[in-house]
Amino acid sequence: MKTVAARPESLTGAQYHYCPGCTHGIIHRLVAEVIDELGIREKTIGICPVGCAVLAYDYFNCDMLEAAHGRAPAIATGIKRMLPENVVFTYQGDGDLASIGMAEILHASARGEKITVIFVNNAVYGMTGGQMAPTTLLGQVTTTSPYGRKAEVEGYPVRMAEILAENEGSAYIARTTVNKPANVRRTKKAIKKAFEIQQKGLGFTMVEILSACPTNWGLSPVQALEWIDENMIPYYPLGEFKNKEA
Amino acid sequence: MKAAEVVMGTGARAAALAVKSARVDVVPGYPITPQTSIIEAVAAMVENGELHARFIPVEGEHSAMAAAVAASAAGARVFTATSANGLLYMHEVLHMASGGRLPVVMCNVNRGIFAPWTLWADHQDSMAQRDTGWIQYHCSSNQEVFNTILQAFRVAEQINIPVMVNFDGFAISHCLMPLTLPPQEDIDRFLPPHEPEWRLDPAHPSSFSNVTNAEEYAPFRQMLSDDIMAAIPLVKQAAQEYKDITGMWDGDTIDTYRLEDAEVVAFAVNSMAAELKLSIDILRQQGIKAGLLRPRLYLPFPAEDIINALPQNAQVMVLDRNYNFGHPGGILASELKSALFGRRNDITVKNRVMGIGGIDLPRRFMADEIRAMMDE
Ligand SMILES: Cc1ncc(C[n+]2csc(CCOP(=O)(O)OP(=O)(O)O)c2C)c(N)n1
Ligand code: SF4
Repeated sequence: MKTVAARPESLTGAQYHYCPGCTHGIIHRLVAEVIDELGIREKTIGICPVGCAVLAYDYFNCDMLEAAHGRAPAIATGIKRMLPENVVFTYQGDGDLASIGMAEILHASARGEKITVIFVNNAVYGMTGGQMAPTTLLGQVTTTSPYGRKAEVEGYPVRMAEILAENEGSAYIARTTVNKPANVRRTKKAIKKAFEIQQKGLGFTMVEILSACPTNWGLSPVQALEWIDENMIPYYPLGEFKNKEA
Repeated sequence: MKAAEVVMGTGARAAALAVKSARVDVVPGYPITPQTSIIEAVAAMVENGELHARFIPVEGEHSAMAAAVAASAAGARVFTATSANGLLYMHEVLHMASGGRLPVVMCNVNRGIFAPWTLWADHQDSMAQRDTGWIQYHCSSNQEVFNTILQAFRVAEQINIPVMVNFDGFAISHCLMPLTLPPQEDIDRFLPPHEPEWRLDPAHPSSFSNVTNAEEYAPFRQMLSDDIMAAIPLVKQAAQEYKDITGMWDGDTIDTYRLEDAEVVAFAVNSMAAELKLSIDILRQQGIKAGLLRPRLYLPFPAEDIINALPQNAQVMVLDRNYNFGHPGGILASELKSALFGRRNDITVKNRVMGIGGIDLPRRFMADEIRAMMDE
């Protein structure tokens, strides 16, 4: 008998706690598949964020360390500098990475830390119940912008991939999404590239992944996937923004 | 005269309604469980026009407190709220608020601190800010949260020292209780508009929190130390006047229950102290002369009031929901012992740490603990 699909060894098999239709689970699986394919599970160390993925250590079958909110890139730096032969990744949401952790991510990238950042952009603070994030779109309703985000009051959404691509220390920066099978495949490719470039020691790597939060967007799972196409991609274009290998 | 209105509300709702009644001008905020419901409610009040204030959704708590301090220096009445690691992340700027003598009022919804993570209540977060120069209240009911925020603004603005109003996550922040809302005219009478003596005003240039040499620095620190102690009569006055106007009373610096003839005194803060009243009743039914002393004001520590209130030869059972790392037991026990030393040699102090990370503290459990402590 031929096995056509199996759980990646890099996932523990613990049942996800994510909401129905949340795409954190897909992204976890892609990261795990890449770790399996590169054969690096025994030397990979992951950093969990503070956000809905706070329990990621229950799902990834490798060494994991929990960070304080926003500090994952600084923690990854400490690990990677101490253990340069290991593969180090952070898994962070947009509140964690682009809000309270903005300084850490900018400086990890500027220093060219040889780590991989999996950045899950769902345009809200998911875990705390759907407050406005720096990535919240203009007009988007959240619990702290109940009449929609207004540029005059709350400013403009930040495009992290574009910002970090500017840093000389960044070696690979891409933005993808997981709302369709083709996009899922592209995301996996980008994650693989990021890990490979980390291993080659070329510098900082990040894949920003537009992800659905049906719960806090107030949409059904299917509508949420469509919302990514209709609202997020026009503001957050997909593509590679930096590739030092290319 | 308009009558008070009674509504059902959580502790978080009570805090948001107090912010509205206090006619706060500026509210910077960053979400953190279990505080988030406060700033969400305030953000909604600002957006729908119920509260004429500016809500600033900043990028983290360090900035939340920095924006609060700055808005206060500009003359605004300022409120923010946080919990646990959010409060720890503010720590540096907490000193800027007190050292700059800026009367910010903040709710800290108590939660245990990282690492490891917990979402549930204990008092390590606020008590770890003991030496930041803030006044600290600990509340034991939703109504007290509402009342205390108003009293906190009064005291803060009278003496130019920031005030932290603490209450437990979930047990208070997320539980519904009836809430009495005094008429706005009464609140306005109790809490007049904020008229700071100094503010950033280009017409009358002044600067805050400058670089100093030691001869200037030391007196500033001494003044802060003296003035925090001078807050005690203001706290009492605020509680009394609030009572005269609204009829409501939660205690002033301390709150007591069946204390007068007590031989065994439970000593604790926050929601567990409300539950302890029921433990005291259980102990009394068992023939033990038990009573409660709850410091409503944790800082400045109301030593005189405690010394005067404790009955002769009482055994005081301090129930700490925090650790005093580097010492045995908890922080409240150390505070109490240092207050009593040389003043009340008749008192015995015993201490237990309990309820860490949200472990439930039901009345029977605490009654049993107190009984067990009596035999130690
Ligand atoms: C210092 C500090 N501030 C605030 C929080 C509360 N907090 C926990 S998760 C979170 C936001 C998470 O949002 P995001 O990073 O977008 O991840 P998501 O949950 O959407 O996946 C916040 C503000 C905290 N834990 N620590
Ligand atoms: S709140 Fe949003 S991000 Fe969090 S698990 Fe649910 S859908 Fe996913």
